[in-house]
Amino acid sequence: MQTKRMTLPGGWLPYALLAPQVIVTLIFFIWPAGQAFYQALLREDPFGLSRTFVGLDNFARLFNDPLYLNSMSVTAVFAIGTTLLSMSMALLMAMAVNRLIRSRHAYTTLLVWPYAVAPAIAGVLWWFIFHPSIGILPYMLDMLGYRWNHRTSGTDAMLLVIFAAAWKQIAYNFLFFLAGLQSIPQSLIEAAAIDGASPFKRFWSIVFPLLAPTTFFLMVVNVVYAMFDTFGVIHATTQGGPAQATNILVYKVYADGFVGMNLGSSAAQSVVLMAIVVALTVVQFRFIERRVNY
Amino acid sequence: MASIKLEGLRKTYPGNVQAVKGIDLDVADGEFVVLVGPSGCGKSTLLRMVAGLESVGEGTLHIGDRVVNDLEPAQRDIAMVFQNYALYPHMTVFDNLAYGLKNRGHQRDEIERRVQEAAKMLEIEELLPRKPRQLSGGQRQRVAMGRALVREPAAFLFDEPLSNLDAKLRVQMRVEIKQLQRRLQTTSLYVTHDQLEAMTLGDRLVVLNGGRIEQVGTPMEIYLRPASLFVATFIGSPAMNLFPVDYLRERGSGLLDDLPEGTDIVGIRPDDLHIQAPDKRHLIVESTLELFEAAGAESHLYVRLEGNDQPTVIRTAGQPPVTEGETLRFHVTREALHPFNRESGRRMGV
Ligand SMILES: Nc1ncnc2c1ncn2[C@@H]1O[C@H](COP(=O)(O)OP(=O)(O)OP(=O)(O)O)[C@@H](O)[C@H]1O
Ligand SMILES: [Mg+2]
Repeated sequence: MQTKRMTLPGGWLPYALLAPQVIVTLIFFIWPAGQAFYQALLREDPFGLSRTFVGLDNFARLFNDPLYLNSMSVTAVFAIGTTLLSMSMALLMAMAVNRLIRSRHAYTTLLVWPYAVAPAIAGVLWWFIFHPSIGILPYMLDMLGYRWNHRTSGTDAMLLVIFAAAWKQIAYNFLFFLAGLQSIPQSLIEAAAIDGASPFKRFWSIVFPLLAPTTFFLMVVNVVYAMFDTFGVIHATTQGGPAQATNILVYKVYADGFVGMNLGSSAAQSVVLMAIVVALTVVQFRFIERRVNY
Repeated sequence: MASIKLEGLRKTYPGNVQAVKGIDLDVADGEFVVLVGPSGCGKSTLLRMVAGLESVGEGTLHIGDRVVNDLEPAQRDIAMVFQNYALYPHMTVFDNLAYGLKNRGHQRDEIERRVQEAAKMLEIEELLPRKPRQLSGGQRQRVAMGRALVREPAAFLFDEPLSNLDAKLRVQMRVEIKQLQRRLQTTSLYVTHDQLEAMTLGDRLVVLNGGRIEQVGTPMEIYLRPASLFVATFIGSPAMNLFPVDYLRERGSGLLDDLPEGTDIVGIRPDDLHIQAPDKRHLIVESTLELFEAAGAESHLYVRLEGNDQPTVIRTAGQPPVTEGETLRFHVTREALHPFNRESGRRMGV
């Protein structure tokens, strides 16, 4: 492909044009990241008066800390739960809309709204709905004979944060699934119908495999979202409790660092999180390059 | 094997789009019937109703001895070849062919045998392990054919299967489709807007216009005796020339005296305008040669008639010694005249 190339007069101009972006990146991303790496190697006394260099000791402690290991499994449950729930709901909705043949725009736009809601607001919303004494859902569950209380039951709390986090993400997933579904030619489905496949079979043998690239992309996006972008949801609902049941990794960084004032450990935790993000990103790019299976 | 019978078939899409306005048609067992007509005339809609992809609005549809109006596509025992081939992109060619057999619960060795057999017939054996995206357009077309015939259905339905191929491949595939159909003797309905394809493929043609049948007949019947002005100008290339009957009468002796009652327009095929005088009785028309088009074995002469603005085409064999701008006389015999009535658009006389 021919690309148009423009040469800037040499000297300072190109640097000046790049400078704002570079400066913002340095101040808000690179420098804090560097700080985190640096702090991860230090330990502060409880009053913040002195620091000692401890090498990788913070990391060693972290991986021997049952609370941290618990937080990891909590995060795994939370991320998988949120991803599965939001993706399956989104796929169901996308299929229903796709059936209404080629986009009713008003409907589609409405479904996108939750995505524009801030995580904390989503959290508060669901906190109200699930509130043990004033919420509508516990009231209805009570009539079915289930006593909902996410302040005492870890399971209930986990369900609450999963609902809140997944709800917000459904809209985003929905859009991608709908676009994916619309890009599957109708004649493929028709050919499969003539070939004697039931609607169920058509979905699993034709539609779902053809959606694989979309599904994979969304899976990574959702896991990343659930792991790193749900601080607001947790903070507005359970604050990691009860008894650490919803204390996911990002929330623990905050809780240990800014509430517990253990900066060294908190920094080490952020470094671990950074490593996870990098790993997920690499996985994503590798797969997108290969365009998945067909 | 089965016959197909359409009785009073109608289809109205939402928004009051009447795509099919009452079609009666009998397709005999083993017959190859081509539906031909201009874009938007309802060919695809009709075919899709037969396939079960579109609900039947009104009327009755028989395949074999069953009424299939309310049957699912899969239960109708038909196979369809789509214009865009509709191959499953994530499956190998083998799996594309096997899919319909698997869904119908055939044994694995039976599937293997039938796929191999179909692949052999279409000469796509070495393509079996490939994915559709690794095939050329022509190869995809063959695979789509293979997917249709591997199931040994009672009828084939084709919706413009050759329109995505280049001219040369189209001719080649046309011949192959015809030979395959002869060999398998499977009842076939074939949709096209290409009149050459229609003429060469069909045992019978159905010419559609605006959701209605204009004429049904063998290709030669339709060519030699078009039942309406629409058919006359749609079938045949270059299209039939039309002359007001009075214009010819002024020029032509008693030759037009026995034209049927009601004739006010006369159609003449470009082949029937002769530059050399035939030795039968004929009428003579003077014209000016505006454009000469040599197309190899034949030539097209675009002429302007004296006292009539209508562009007229003459087709002759070889290359006649003419130059553009010269005055050209052409000759027409009585047999070449197709009498029509302008208002009703129908052919006059029996
Ligand atoms: N799903 C639909 N909803 C509404 N109108 C439709 C639909 N499908 C087709 N039509 C209309 O019905 C008429 C017949 O369409 P059809 O596709 O049968 O034409 P066709 O003869 O196959 O044309 P082409 O040669 O262009 O494929 C057209 O006027 C078309 O606009
Ligand atoms: Mg069509």
